[in-house]
Amino acid sequence: MKVVLENLTKRFPSRNKKGEDVIAVNDFNFEIPDGQLIGLLGPSGCGKSTTLNLISGLEEPTSGKVWFGDEDVTRLPPEARGVGLVFQNYALYPHLTVEENIIFPLQNLKGDRKMTKEEMHRKALETAKLVQIDGLMERKPKELSGGQQQRVAIARALVKIPRVLLLDEPLSNLDARLRLQTREELRRIQRETGVTTIFVTHDQEEAMSISDLIIVMKDGKVHQIGKPQEVYDEPVNLFVAQFLGTPQINVFEGEIRNGKVRIGEEDVLDAEGREDRKVWVGIRPEGFIPDEQGPLTCRMDRVEVMGRDVSVVSTHEKMTGKCIRSIVSSENRFAPDQETVRFRLKPHKVFLFDRESEERV
Amino acid sequence: MKKKNNLKAWLYLLPAILFLGVFMIYPLIDVCIYSVEENYASIARTYTGIGLGNFRDVLSDRLFIQALKNTFILVAITVPVSTGLSLLIALCLSSIKVLKKAFQTIYFLPYVTNTLAVGLVFMILFDKTEYTKGLVNMLLRTDIDFIDGEYWMKMMVTCLYTVWIVMPFKILILTSALASVNQEYYKAAKVDGASSARIFRKITLPMISPTVFYLIITGFIGAFKAYSDEVALFGTNLNAAGMNTIVGYVYDMLYSDTGGRYGNAAAAALILFAIVFTITYINLKFSSNKVQYM
Repeated sequence: MKVVLENLTKRFPSRNKKGEDVIAVNDFNFEIPDGQLIGLLGPSGCGKSTTLNLISGLEEPTSGKVWFGDEDVTRLPPEARGVGLVFQNYALYPHLTVEENIIFPLQNLKGDRKMTKEEMHRKALETAKLVQIDGLMERKPKELSGGQQQRVAIARALVKIPRVLLLDEPLSNLDARLRLQTREELRRIQRETGVTTIFVTHDQEEAMSISDLIIVMKDGKVHQIGKPQEVYDEPVNLFVAQFLGTPQINVFEGEIRNGKVRIGEEDVLDAEGREDRKVWVGIRPEGFIPDEQGPLTCRMDRVEVMGRDVSVVSTHEKMTGKCIRSIVSSENRFAPDQETVRFRLKPHKVFLFDRESEERV
Repeated sequence: MKKKNNLKAWLYLLPAILFLGVFMIYPLIDVCIYSVEENYASIARTYTGIGLGNFRDVLSDRLFIQALKNTFILVAITVPVSTGLSLLIALCLSSIKVLKKAFQTIYFLPYVTNTLAVGLVFMILFDKTEYTKGLVNMLLRTDIDFIDGEYWMKMMVTCLYTVWIVMPFKILILTSALASVNQEYYKAAKVDGASSARIFRKITLPMISPTVFYLIITGFIGAFKAYSDEVALFGTNLNAAGMNTIVGYVYDMLYSDTGGRYGNAAAAALILFAIVFTITYINLKFSSNKVQYM
């Protein structure tokens, strides 16, 4: 099911009467193609969960529309939208067994979708098998581990075959190892069912690793939509560039002068045909190549060996942040008492942003 | 070292043990002893024999049977009605937004009002005197004697009174129980398409079942101990009104004109204890598989 958000806006009234309204979601426009896995990514408090609630129908938008396919569902209550929702804390009914939890949505079906007991049982088992918890049907939620509870929650959301599956921070309650495993699992389940899936996360790595598309948002606004690699390679502004990628992108104060990118007194790259202006120069950690004749001179701080790669930590007077982190091949050798390190830059790993607007130049 | 600590512990416990011993354990044992001493004379402190004579006396006493019947009717009506109504009101209170605090206060008022003051209000509502038919009669355009008339009319007023008196506490407890249910369950159920009735039955009720169960148990115990409400409505001579209760009977045996019959009072008190104990036991057994402790 294709999901379209059209000028979607949600304001919450301010707590004190004179204060301004809080705009949680500000004029959203995007289209989610059928059958894809979408990561809704942004720092906490940016309106991700509100967006999810607007899609599920738990919140009503102040203005704008939500479309499922050709159907306008903006004014439909959640139960009429056919969405499955997985909560951050799973919200499994603690007094019901796993099977009863999964069957719960089926028992609510009315009219010609109504099922017999056997059908429900079969359907629940089928879904449980999909998420691999069919051996735990008689347990109560508190007798399950976090990962198993997560699967039950997904099964409960999937059992009535929703048109759209929504997951709110699905992995945040799991430990690191389980998180890796579960995210692969999520990807597999989504592929097998083909249900259009939207999940909310503040973890960029999580979003990039499994999504078909990521939507980067901040302060209630969509900043960029695209395939993970595209967004990483072509960030539209400084925020997106800084939000994606670990280690973070290195940002320098710089300027464009006479067709060259200057950081401090050094021309580091060609920028022919660009008008002179002050810019932020963002350089991805993998964009540095150690070169004794390189234009960018940094003060050496330390070298962290990571096996295949080496992380060079250095400083520069024009940098923002605490240090510059560059990832280079471990074939490079550094002398222990080396005071400076010089780099050449890979042009496609360097992004220029306007100093004022922070938009990509 | 260990012995010393032991001594210290007992020393700390001493005040409580003394109080409980003097005011609870000793009287309890005493009641048991009184109940089997036949024809105990309180002034001479003599008795004619040990046996179950007191119990026989009590159980064959017409007044006790009447008190027993009254008490059972009261319990059977007021416990379910007050619990059910309280749940309904608590549900309404937790779903309204405007004036919530004001309504909560209003519903809690009977709890802090003196029983006898409430009795006075009920008199104004129901009592028929030479000057007035009472407010309820005036409103209903009837002419029923609620206080000195037919048995069931009196019983109805009593039940109404009891229900009204016990509800505030139940509403308070249930409102807080409802507020403590995680809202996400409701959201999840709503997305899953459950109707409000089903959400209540399958989610709300199981979630607050420990509280409901607690209220039912304490409700039973409280209702079996009914006495002051009846006095507030019908005065101290409850036998004349035919509205005596078991506790009232015990009181009569001790202090009324026919009083001083300690043995009978003790026997009646123990019978009440046995009844409450049995009902509570049945309650616990019956509900152990219905109540969800999360």
